[in-house]
Amino acid sequence: MALLSTLLFAATAYLVVTSAPGWPRVRATFFSLDVGWKSLPPILAGLWVNLQVLVIGGFLVLVLGLLVAITRTLRGPAFAPLRIVATVYVDLFRGMPLIIVLYLVGFGVPALGLQGVPTSSFVLGTAAIVLVYSAYVAEVFRAGIESVHPSQRAAARSLGLTHRQSMRIVVLPQALRTVTPALLNDFVALQKDVGLISVLGVTDAVRAAQILVGQSFNFTPYVVAGLLFVLLAVPSARLADHVTARARRRQQSGSLL
Amino acid sequence: MTSPVLDVRGVVKAFGDNVVLRGVDLAVREHQVVALIGGSGSGKSTLLRCASLLETVDDGQVLLDGEDITDPRVDADQVRRRMGVVFQAYNLFPHLSVLDNVTLAPTAVHGRSKAAAREEAHALLARIGLAEKAADFPDRLSGGQQQRVAIVRALAVHPRVLLLDEITSALDPELVGEVLAVVREVASQGMTIVMATHEMGFARQVADTVAFLDGGVLLESGPPEQVLGDPVEARTRQFLARVIDAGRL
Repeated sequence: MALLSTLLFAATAYLVVTSAPGWPRVRATFFSLDVGWKSLPPILAGLWVNLQVLVIGGFLVLVLGLLVAITRTLRGPAFAPLRIVATVYVDLFRGMPLIIVLYLVGFGVPALGLQGVPTSSFVLGTAAIVLVYSAYVAEVFRAGIESVHPSQRAAARSLGLTHRQSMRIVVLPQALRTVTPALLNDFVALQKDVGLISVLGVTDAVRAAQILVGQSFNFTPYVVAGLLFVLLAVPSARLADHVTARARRRQQSGSLL
Repeated sequence: MTSPVLDVRGVVKAFGDNVVLRGVDLAVREHQVVALIGGSGSGKSTLLRCASLLETVDDGQVLLDGEDITDPRVDADQVRRRMGVVFQAYNLFPHLSVLDNVTLAPTAVHGRSKAAAREEAHALLARIGLAEKAADFPDRLSGGQQQRVAIVRALAVHPRVLLLDEITSALDPELVGEVLAVVREVASQGMTIVMATHEMGFARQVADTVAFLDGGVLLESGPPEQVLGDPVEARTRQFLARVIDAGRL
């Protein structure tokens, strides 16, 4: 039944689109097999750049996000300045559109002409993405840390563990388990946002497609690049689903406290 | 008379406008078992949390082996390792096995070798009849079993004093006995214990001293037969009458 209704829907959609008056033109400019096939090698080469940004950036986001989250959960007046810095950072970079951060970091930092600061668009683009995503991920981590019941910390401290030990051995492992599905979801979002570094002129998949479109006046390379990003995202999305379902099952099988 | 292991002197503690402890004195000598009784909100748990430095006192002092541990210059982490605390809700670490729960503090805090800590943990778990559960995770255990593990976890650090905060209150009635049996055994080995409890029958059997808290004041304390049998204070009598009505004595 599900299969039947799906097929029926797909057939209807196909008929509607292909019977549209502009369809022959759209098919020629967006879905040209010939152009698409020829555009594949340069776009794949560009996608390799995106993958590098994804892996390096993703790792840095985890580290920076965790540091910011821990900073925001520090108690006591002595840590107030650190807490304020972390809070301002999160507010700033969660609120600012990624593309603006990319422009500011990608064009602003090299303009400063500081010695020793990299000017490569690849590095600066990755840095901009890390800045924005770390702010999001920090909030995910913080929610996880605060979801661990205070009694767990009390038990840890009563055993003589220091604040740092309680965090590392008792709180963070439980927090990480809680936030893994949310983190994977952010990772899927990051996978497509790495394509935005093209605005700095990095020859990634999007930029490669743009160049090809400029040469041929055919938009098929965009479709190819888009589909490749989708292919990249599908495994992560399924993994996120799987992990979320497993976490739900675990929660139902036995509550922790 | 030896000097007390734990000496609470005029402790005052408020949460906002709510004054929970209004100057409590309580001295606990070595090998003594003190039962704190009183209605809910009387300050039993707060007193234990102040004594174990999980809360800071607003006024007064707590002395452990003669050292003022409420002095802000004292390293609280250093003090906490000399005490064992067991909580109402067990508070085992759900992501660690039973064995790792027990060996965590001995290895991470007291610097003992993993092998030595494991050996002792196995011996302790065998004493409470849970040797075969060592590799299990806490959510596989019943409430009574979890609480017994929590007691063993507190004992594994060789505490000077064991603080038990209503450790049977969250348990199904048929599981209370197995936990109290462990406490009884630990007490018979000479452990110094302060326990907040609603189990009057158990307090009568195991405690040397029963202390009645009411509205943040320690109204009277003495041998169980006196405080529970022939209390001086009218408030104590009222409290006990309610407890008897509820069938708990």
